[in-house]
Amino acid sequence: MATNPKDPRARQRRRKRIALWSLVAILAGALLLPLGGYLYVNSVEAAPAQPAGAAAAEQQSNPRANYWRAVREGYEGYTAASGPYTTNVLIQNGGQNWRQVRNGPVAAVLPWVMAAMILGLGMYYVLHGPVKLSSPPSGRSVERWTFNERVLHWYTAVLFILLAITGLSLMLGRALMIPWMGLNAFGAYAGIAIAIHNYLGPLFIVGLILEIAFWVRYAIPKQVDWEWFKAGGGYFGGHAHPSAEKLNAGEKIFVFWLATVVMGIAVSITGIVLDFPNLGFSIQTMQISSIVHGVAAIIYVTIILMHMYLGSIGVNGALDAMTTGRVSAEWAKQHHDLWYQEVGRK
Amino acid sequence: MARMKFLCDAERCIECNGCVTACKNEHEVPWGVNRRRVVTLDDGVPGEKSISVACMHCTDAPCAAVCPVDCFYTTPDGIVLHNKDLCIGCGYCFYACPFGAPQYPQQSAFGVRGKMDKCTFCAGGPDADGSAEEIKKYGRNRIAEGKLPLCAEMCATKALIAGDGDVVADIYRKRVLKRGGRPQTWGWETAYKG
Repeated sequence: MATNPKDPRARQRRRKRIALWSLVAILAGALLLPLGGYLYVNSVEAAPAQPAGAAAAEQQSNPRANYWRAVREGYEGYTAASGPYTTNVLIQNGGQNWRQVRNGPVAAVLPWVMAAMILGLGMYYVLHGPVKLSSPPSGRSVERWTFNERVLHWYTAVLFILLAITGLSLMLGRALMIPWMGLNAFGAYAGIAIAIHNYLGPLFIVGLILEIAFWVRYAIPKQVDWEWFKAGGGYFGGHAHPSAEKLNAGEKIFVFWLATVVMGIAVSITGIVLDFPNLGFSIQTMQISSIVHGVAAIIYVTIILMHMYLGSIGVNGALDAMTTGRVSAEWAKQHHDLWYQEVGRK
Repeated sequence: MARMKFLCDAERCIECNGCVTACKNEHEVPWGVNRRRVVTLDDGVPGEKSISVACMHCTDAPCAAVCPVDCFYTTPDGIVLHNKDLCIGCGYCFYACPFGAPQYPQQSAFGVRGKMDKCTFCAGGPDADGSAEEIKKYGRNRIAEGKLPLCAEMCATKALIAGDGDVVADIYRKRVLKRGGRPQTWGWETAYKG
């Protein structure tokens, strides 16, 4: 629309427009210009601000104190002395942590789990008694473990028991054995125990690896094993005995996977670290190994205690499997029905 | 009773290793075993510091706390000693010690540790003072003879001092007060602009 500058209405409109835009410009300027200070600080002082800040930080902490703080936290130096146990560190912190964990949770708390297992098994035996055969044995038997498998089992089992007794003596002897044996008798025994433990350990690893290799094919978890766990293995309440293969779910998960594979390999690797200090492992590696070895060993022993109970007095007829290698047909049908069917088909 | 202490003055130690040599010679320490060592921090860099370190004879000694055969004991002088007849060479004291004091003679091809050996503050062990047995296992017993540890006695710059903790602390405090040169108080430069 063409406007006539002489038109008074148009002039009035123009004045109003100018007044409005001026107000907007003043408001925007009033709001934005004060923020320009930040722009200035950021663009001009950004680069030199950094060293000044660092200098201020340095002034706030004492350089001499920082020096000794670093030493306190394991700062390495140089030493002319040489030897397998000579370190160039003035203060190694890990030892105190190791001491707290080893003397606290590992040696003073965790063994109670083992004690609880013994107590629990004892109470189960007293209250429930052994699991009996539901039908009398007819005299027919099936082969459960071959001669070679039994030799392997007992080789590993005997070594396990020796290692467990000697190892637990070293961990708990100071608290449980010195009070009645005295320092000298226990010292003499501990010297023999550590020698047995150190020399038999590597032999045990051989048995462990062979066991895993031979028996992993029986220990693959299947759907039926989940059902077994849901029925509590038939040990509690009036549950009927759940179906099981050659190894039931408890044997698969607890004895094979958790104990033999996980804990067994854990104690083996850490055991080698502790057994051969001449291989040059760092002190931190040895500290961690010692903790892992103790924790894994206690869990291992706890599970094997259950395995020993169920394999001997806990289940009538179970021990035959590892002594003669044959079990009665009725035992097989009751405890490992799927395996019994499989054997029957062959 | 005195509370025995070592103190190494980092401003004085010149890393001559005289303390190490004195200790090895006095106690016939086996090869590869260092009851005492000198650690140099920032070696070759301005501000390097050397410190001679051995067993610090802790009041709450970690070695004693973790020993499975309980072979450590503290003398009335506050010296931490151990009984080599009980020691089984398990290495736990070496894991626990902050100062790397426990040492082991290598015994066999399997890397089995021998019985632990460490600084005795020249106070021997549980065997009869000065007996052939004690000298063989733990070295000389200078404390029983009324003498102080040889490492400190031998120190050329008197950086390493050993003895009653009160006396040792007194000596060090006097040194700090008398030391000349630039003030060592942190913040001095800031306060007085150099």
